[in-house]
Amino acid sequence: MDVLVCIKRVPLSGGKFTITEDGLDIESAKLGFTISPHEEVAVEEAVRIAEKEGGSVTVLTLGPPDAEEQIREQMAIGADRGILIETDGQEWDPQGTASAIADAINADETDFDLIIMGNESADASGYQVGIRVAHKLGRPVVTGVKGITIADGKATFERPVKTGREMYEVPLPAVVTVLDGLNIPRYPSVPGRIRAKKKPIERLNPERPEPKLEKTHLEVPVMKSRQAQVLGNGPEAAPAVVEIFKQIGVI
Amino acid sequence: MSTLPSRAKAVIIGAGIVGNSMVYHLARLGWTDLVQIDKGPLPNPGGSTGHASNFIFPVDHSKEMALLTFDSVSQYKEMGVFTQCGGIEVARTEERMQELWRRMQSAKSFGIDGCKMLTPAECIELVPYMDPDVILGGFYTPTVGVVDSLRAGTIMRERAQEMGSLQTFANTEVTGMVVNDGQITAVETDNGTIEAEYVVIATGLWGPRLAKMAGASIPLTPAVHQMIDVGPVPRFADAKGDIEHPIVRDMDTNMYERQHGNGLEIGSYAHRPILHDPEELPSVEEAQLSPTEFPFTAEDFELQYEQALELMPEIVGDETVGQKYAINGLLSLTPDGLPLLGETPEVKNLWSVSAVWIKEGPGIGKAVSEWMVLGESAIDLQSSDIARFYDHQKTRKNIKDRTAEGFNKTYGIVHPNEQWASNRNVRLSPYYERQKALGAEFYETAGWERPFWYESNADLVEKFGDAVMPRTAEWESRWWSPIINAEHLQMRETAGLVDLTAFVEFDIQGPGAFDTVQRVCMRQMDVPIGRVVYTPVLSDNGGFKSDLTVMRLAHDHYRVVTGGAHGMADLKWFRDNLPEDGTAQITDLTSSLTTLGIWGPNARRILESITRDDVSHDGFKFGTCKSIEIGSLKVLASRISYVGDLGWELYVPMEQGAQLWDALWEAGQQHGLIPVGIGVYGTTGRIEKGYRAFGTELETEFNVVEAGMAPPKVKEADFVGKASHLKHRSEDPVATLCSLTVDDHTSSTGEKRYMMGKEPILTLDKEPITDAHGRRSFVTSAGSAPSVGKHVLMSYLPPEYAVEGTQLVVEYLGEHYPVTVAVAGATPLFDPKNERILS
Amino acid sequence: MVLVLVDHENGEIDEASLQTLTYGRELAAAAGEPLEALVVGDVGVAGSLGAYGVATVHVAVHDALTGYAPVAAARAAADVASRTGSSLVLAAGSPRGNEVMAHLGALTDLPVAADCIKVTPGSPTQVVRARWGGSLIEEANLHGAPALATLVPHTVAAEAGGSGTGEVAEFTPELSDADLFVVARQGEAAHESSGVSLADAKVVVSGGRGVGSAEGFAPLEELAELLGGTIGCSRVVTGNGWRPHTEQVGQTGTKIAPDLYIACGISGATQHIAGCRNSKTMIVINTDPEAAIMGYADYAIIGDVSKVLPAIIDETKKAKVG
Repeated sequence: MDVLVCIKRVPLSGGKFTITEDGLDIESAKLGFTISPHEEVAVEEAVRIAEKEGGSVTVLTLGPPDAEEQIREQMAIGADRGILIETDGQEWDPQGTASAIADAINADETDFDLIIMGNESADASGYQVGIRVAHKLGRPVVTGVKGITIADGKATFERPVKTGREMYEVPLPAVVTVLDGLNIPRYPSVPGRIRAKKKPIERLNPERPEPKLEKTHLEVPVMKSRQAQVLGNGPEAAPAVVEIFKQIGVI
Repeated sequence: MSTLPSRAKAVIIGAGIVGNSMVYHLARLGWTDLVQIDKGPLPNPGGSTGHASNFIFPVDHSKEMALLTFDSVSQYKEMGVFTQCGGIEVARTEERMQELWRRMQSAKSFGIDGCKMLTPAECIELVPYMDPDVILGGFYTPTVGVVDSLRAGTIMRERAQEMGSLQTFANTEVTGMVVNDGQITAVETDNGTIEAEYVVIATGLWGPRLAKMAGASIPLTPAVHQMIDVGPVPRFADAKGDIEHPIVRDMDTNMYERQHGNGLEIGSYAHRPILHDPEELPSVEEAQLSPTEFPFTAEDFELQYEQALELMPEIVGDETVGQKYAINGLLSLTPDGLPLLGETPEVKNLWSVSAVWIKEGPGIGKAVSEWMVLGESAIDLQSSDIARFYDHQKTRKNIKDRTAEGFNKTYGIVHPNEQWASNRNVRLSPYYERQKALGAEFYETAGWERPFWYESNADLVEKFGDAVMPRTAEWESRWWSPIINAEHLQMRETAGLVDLTAFVEFDIQGPGAFDTVQRVCMRQMDVPIGRVVYTPVLSDNGGFKSDLTVMRLAHDHYRVVTGGAHGMADLKWFRDNLPEDGTAQITDLTSSLTTLGIWGPNARRILESITRDDVSHDGFKFGTCKSIEIGSLKVLASRISYVGDLGWELYVPMEQGAQLWDALWEAGQQHGLIPVGIGVYGTTGRIEKGYRAFGTELETEFNVVEAGMAPPKVKEADFVGKASHLKHRSEDPVATLCSLTVDDHTSSTGEKRYMMGKEPILTLDKEPITDAHGRRSFVTSAGSAPSVGKHVLMSYLPPEYAVEGTQLVVEYLGEHYPVTVAVAGATPLFDPKNERILS
Repeated sequence: MVLVLVDHENGEIDEASLQTLTYGRELAAAAGEPLEALVVGDVGVAGSLGAYGVATVHVAVHDALTGYAPVAAARAAADVASRTGSSLVLAAGSPRGNEVMAHLGALTDLPVAADCIKVTPGSPTQVVRARWGGSLIEEANLHGAPALATLVPHTVAAEAGGSGTGEVAEFTPELSDADLFVVARQGEAAHESSGVSLADAKVVVSGGRGVGSAEGFAPLEELAELLGGTIGCSRVVTGNGWRPHTEQVGQTGTKIAPDLYIACGISGATQHIAGCRNSKTMIVINTDPEAAIMGYADYAIIGDVSKVLPAIIDETKKAKVG
């Protein structure tokens, strides 16, 4: 099984976002970068599949040259090679992103049996790149998946819904987008990191198409500013808490 | 949020380990009405304390830092937040093994007991997950431990609050500082303005930003220290508490490894220096983790992964052990690696307690609080005094260059005479080009490039043969040349010309000038015009604040001459002691005047050949100064000597220095004048004369009587430290500064070895020697005494050993060498009657 | 014409679809255009849509449509949109709504704006949409006709209205085999513990790092039961394996809007806040009075979860008995 995982470099969002002066980006000079939890489990799942079934794991991203950092991180987890579709740092819209990814996959020597993506990116959250890639490749796609079973050239995907779960059985090759919770991803080991340094990364440089979903402005929403009213310290605050329970009618 | 009170005795900015320690000790020493503010939340406001690795290795080559650390550990223990786990510093190279033996010396010299050298096998017994094949040995300190610095901070803060002396305001950011007439008067915050008599900046790497608001300078830079945490480690699965395995410092790779719960923390000082700007730190809200925890840059840790894997393959090589956490933590670095403590020289009552590590925090809080409340601290803080810097040293370039160079020396093997490579040629004397042409080997003092010796004198090495005491061991030959000793011997035969431009000179003038110097200086200043007085400057407790020379140039005009290294602190001390009524003023002449010293039996012949003024023994007495003419130069000549020979210090305006050099040089040719470097002036010349140096022999922890420098009688007039000095004179000293000679230099391999300073002096049973005040005996200065053919060590010794002829041993790099007390007290070894100077 | 894709399950129309219809009705009215809807597979639910102002309910019927089939649904939508000349196609910003709309975008090669909170038709259509799980707001131009967008649930409340007749127009979409590769079949019911799902719970008692261990959740479970609620947790907790991921509240977990959210030992990272910011009342129990979550909470108790919760449980029991 040769598995491709798509990831996206995004700023680490531990604190309050600040927007750049042009209103188009997050001020990231002081921030670190990471990938979405959805993508972390995607890579972990791919590595588990390769460990079990044999084969390879390729990590692909579309992003600035610095996105090599995210590819190397995932190589430390166990990915074998990387494809970096380099941008000049400008955001690509979902259609442009999907085209570039599909082109890269078509051009690649490996015929990927399974392409795994996060259900939606952490930052843009467009919910569509995986689906668009699948259409371009002519492959079935299942989204929002939290369980993957591979058997006899077919994949069974499990998707949680309110009432329980839906099962999808599709022939391979296929595309799947996954959700955090699919597994608990491992931390990279030090030997894994050392090996990652030497793994190959292929760089591609397609042109950025004009975006059809064109970002014009970003802002931090005005949150209802609450300052918690302190009911007390330790157990003696319990009666006050129960008063609140009564007020809002939960008891 | 409650509002700030409108005034306070002192506002302490910062609630990290340092700010909390300050509020506690200030309260303990009796100050009430303290207000502490921090822009972050409590108990972890987001500074460097919050991400510190929190371990403490007590051994340090700096006595000041070792004592402050020792005191901090006692405080942490008292608070119940110290867990002793032991620590091993391991060596991968022979050079490092030697360095570990040096650490053993420092341990014994500064009283850190129980340390021992370990074989690889012994290291593995303590830390079984190390690969013994990677290391040559280790230095074990049983008293290494880990502290909970956040908890300690909370305890100290709450103690101050419980005393009713402190109010603390979190989430309160300083927006401005109010300075009136050079004195801080108030702090402006986003929660109101508070007037204060004193303001203490204890904000770690935000210090520069705050100081700038007041027009002061705290020269530090935030720098990255990388740390990762890997786990879970199967071997540590049952670990109880924070730590139970010894901490390992892998010195040669600039890394450490410590068990933390079921994980292993790996820290590094090996990566490229990553310096940040205090102005550009993120706010608490913007920061991803905290304002001082930056995103980890894995590419800077690449080599460290491999090195950690080499040393601890069982853990680091385990594929199931993952990297759970990694940060680029920020800490504060300074141009010389030492803290920034004390009142800022720019703004009165604005204090800095900056660039302090967890290991020194409580000790420094205590010492600086003593300094603020009592006027001085029990532990001498002279090398950390923030007043030590010259303007050029506070520039962004100097800070960045020197911290970048210093960073990778965090675990480095730093030679006692090691020179900085960066930011050199900052201050050049008028003689610089001439000296370069003579092959000067330049060392730096306070930015000045000073010849340490001259290659042009290389021929003299052959002339004096074994009398130059040649060295074969690489360590002692590094940053040294036998030419130094050859210059010394030649100067004693003919004459030497010494560049002393690095001296700090400042004038005190006005009707109040006499009272000022009389109060600050221990020696009598009520002297005739034209007298030159060498005097200690005392602290209240009778220890040494400085030693310097004062010339009386007019009834209301004194000129102070002091060393370059400590000159700025001296200048501040005199400024602090000026009369409040403005009747005396200080003018700093350091950059206006240049000084040349000419000493040796032929010095007078040379001088009289180029001046018509009387420079005869009777016409120009020792200890006097006067203006003489040399060609078109008016020269202030001062007949004193720090090298033990006849001669003068000659002062002229900076722009005329080159002329003076040329005149002396030309006249000196027929009298055998040679250029002589600071190697002679600073070490060999003085040490055989028993002259003490500030910062090595002289410090506030030892008094004038112990140093052997008490004058026959004490002046009538009052002076700082007089009461203490009188008391010291009435008691038998518990230690006396002695000169010891090394009887046999031969090591076990047959090579002759020469001590460099700070080695422990031991009894014949190789036991440490401790005086009645608990102070260890160790070598304060070491150096060749070429004229007496000995290597001389200075050391304070308790009375039972401070007896001429006493046999002792010195420990040097793991071996013991016999020494003899040659002089107890200040009598010179060479020319004890000072016939040369007085000829 | 404004076309809204309406989702349904077991004969019931999805609430978020009704909200989208309500929003679409306003846009259609403003433009003087009709509001139409597409239902895939279930004629039975179509009749009720007239009440929401729908003029025509297109119902796609096909033998192979035995369950939720996203590509087939998109194919049907493309068919209707093209036949009717829709200017705007809307769906709920739910997992299914976003999925079908993405397929529609792929089939028609048109851009899709997902998770909008405002759509202003025009040329280009202007949208305001949520990024980072709502932590950032983006304004964007959508260059495509028809404009394809999904609407964040609860942007508006579902309200009947309008003058639609709800005429039902059945049709059979042309589906290829590939359109039917992906069809949901029901899995066995998930091993949900109580009956209350996290997304719908009125009370959520949620735990973070400060709970300390898997065992530490016992008092949280007890309180949740007393209050008729369920358990939630932060990402640290699922990462440590203390609780299943189904209980994770946050940007990559479940986004909830309960009447009462009790956050125990949770510091309040952006990722977590994105999932619980819409709670009506938030009570926080934390040892750190300066924890980030305090800025989102209504009430706070400063203290250790393991000490505070048992006291609250006791008091609650007393109150219930009393």
